[in-house]
Amino acid sequence: MSGSEIMAISATPIDTAALRASLADVRAGAIVTFEGWVRNLNEGRDVQALEYEVYAPLAVTEGERIIAEVQQDIPFTAARAVHRSGRLALGDCAVWVGVVSPHRDEAFRACRRIIDEIKVRLPIWKKENYSDGDSGWINCERCAAHAHG
Amino acid sequence: MKTINVRYFALFRERAGRDSETVETTAEDALALFRQLTDRHGTDDPRGHCKVAINDVMADWDSPVADGDDVLLFPPVAGG
Repeated sequence: MSGSEIMAISATPIDTAALRASLADVRAGAIVTFEGWVRNLNEGRDVQALEYEVYAPLAVTEGERIIAEVQQDIPFTAARAVHRSGRLALGDCAVWVGVVSPHRDEAFRACRRIIDEIKVRLPIWKKENYSDGDSGWINCERCAAHAHG
Repeated sequence: MKTINVRYFALFRERAGRDSETVETTAEDALALFRQLTDRHGTDDPRGHCKVAINDVMADWDSPVADGDDVLLFPPVAGG
């Protein structure tokens, strides 16, 4: 990931400081950022690492669309988002969203909306590796239940 | 008959044992095509939890599929 894309997929660690700096704007009185981190426990299981599979062409266009839609509803000065792909370790930053606006209310609300939409709309899949050697795709339980039923 | 290129992702790819395949079908829409391939992905009703894209554009399950289309089948997403 590099440059100034509104939405990017990165196979390397997210440089949060550089992203934050790239949003600097004298019209903005507030910046709200969100970072999603890889945690060690999900649904009661010990997570050791995880892998994100991303269909980048559509993840980028859908992410740009989300940011444009949210800006229609909640005017802000600028926003950027980055999502990781590939293998991540505990504590790694998996997703970053930053929004700047003249006042804090718009930045808070827009940042929340953008991350919420990213989670449900982008073609991104998460496979967790557990300490017991097992692994699984997250949110696919319903499909799996069908397959075995 | 139309010829459709179907692409699988994540769980669907693992279950189908392939990234993509070419399918001959009379399916009118994405849902009918998905159902034709039920043995590949293990569920016959993707609505509400799976997504579909046609030629790199997000689509609906009732979107028509045409000869030569690239249909991308997405299992439940889990970004963030």
